[in-house]
Amino acid sequence: MSAKAEIEIIERYCKGCNICVEFCPTKVLEMDAFVVKVVNADACIACNQCELRCPDFAIKVHKL
Amino acid sequence: MAYDYEKSIRPGKLPHIWCPGCGHGIVLKGLIRAMDTCELDRDKTAVVSGIGCASRLPGYLDACTLHTAHGRAAAFATGIKMAKPEMTVLCVGGDGDGTAIGGNHFIHACRRNINMTYVIMNNYIYGMTGGQFSPCTPTGMKASTTPYGNPDPIFDISKLAIGAGATYVARTTAFHATQIDKLIAEGIKHKGMAVIEVLDDCPTSYGRRNKFRSVVEMMKRLKDIAVPVTAAAKMTDEQLEGKVLTGVLFKEERPEYTEQYAQLIQRVQGA
Ligand SMILES: Cc1ncc(C[n+]2csc(CCOP(=O)(O)OP(=O)(O)O)c2C)c(N)n1
Ligand code: SF4
Repeated sequence: MSAKAEIEIIERYCKGCNICVEFCPTKVLEMDAFVVKVVNADACIACNQCELRCPDFAIKVHKL
Repeated sequence: MAYDYEKSIRPGKLPHIWCPGCGHGIVLKGLIRAMDTCELDRDKTAVVSGIGCASRLPGYLDACTLHTAHGRAAAFATGIKMAKPEMTVLCVGGDGDGTAIGGNHFIHACRRNINMTYVIMNNYIYGMTGGQFSPCTPTGMKASTTPYGNPDPIFDISKLAIGAGATYVARTTAFHATQIDKLIAEGIKHKGMAVIEVLDDCPTSYGRRNKFRSVVEMMKRLKDIAVPVTAAAKMTDEQLEGKVLTGVLFKEERPEYTEQYAQLIQRVQGA
């Protein structure tokens, strides 16, 4: 499967709340020392759930 | 392209001060999308708040913003709308700010049906000052001032707004992110007092004390308790136990206050 979007993380804004990790339906994201990172980029279906619910403006989903 | 929020944020203001997982940031993003949907001119839009974590919201927004005294957002907003009826006026704030110290201003703005949109973030607690109970802390739940559980019944903010005379009343949650901007945009377009209650999470002052293990658990609760009004119509009282209705709860057309006031002036001055 190929990624439907490129995920940009603004690490400086991330507070590690875990909302995005939990609600991503395809498990693209993981928490690493309280900063989110992309661990499974190919699985992204561009649903935008992580960007919508990020309270910290730390995730941008760029549709491909 | 990802959604461009930055254009609506004052330069250099991020990261914001809210705690990890606080839903106020989700509401801010929803408000920005709603303002974009309504194509509001930032120079003709006033965003007014009182005091509290929720009331910090206007400070991040690139618009005409006013951070006032605790509970007084509706009073200042009423002043702005009376002096400049051509402006779009939005109020934002918490449950403590809007229904405790500011409860009187809130109900009277509803009663007058003045054309403004009030977004009230109900996180069930006074977040900023360390978790004292608010009129919206559910019965039995813990606050710093109710360590044995809160004996008080709650204010249902949406019902309060309807009873007081608001003509557009809607409710959603911080989990239902896309509904936030949809309902706020409808509220902005509605002529009259619009109240949008957003059930929100305060992991720091409410969650920890009430044994929520994580922000995610609080978000899942918001997801689980919400029932759209349309679906609720087909459910039994038993099925609705512990649930909260979401969507547009009330809408009616009624004369708007600034227009009535302008007409009064015209009549008295014999124009
Ligand atoms: C006149 C006055 N009384 C009390 C306070 C202290 N105070 C600051 S914020 C706040 C409560 C805010 O709670 P809420 O509106 O629910 O917002 P939250 O912080 O939960 O987002 C209180 C009591 C104050 N600033 N001014
Ligand atoms: S104390 Fe509560 S309401 Fe205030 S920023 Fe933290 S989580 Fe949000």
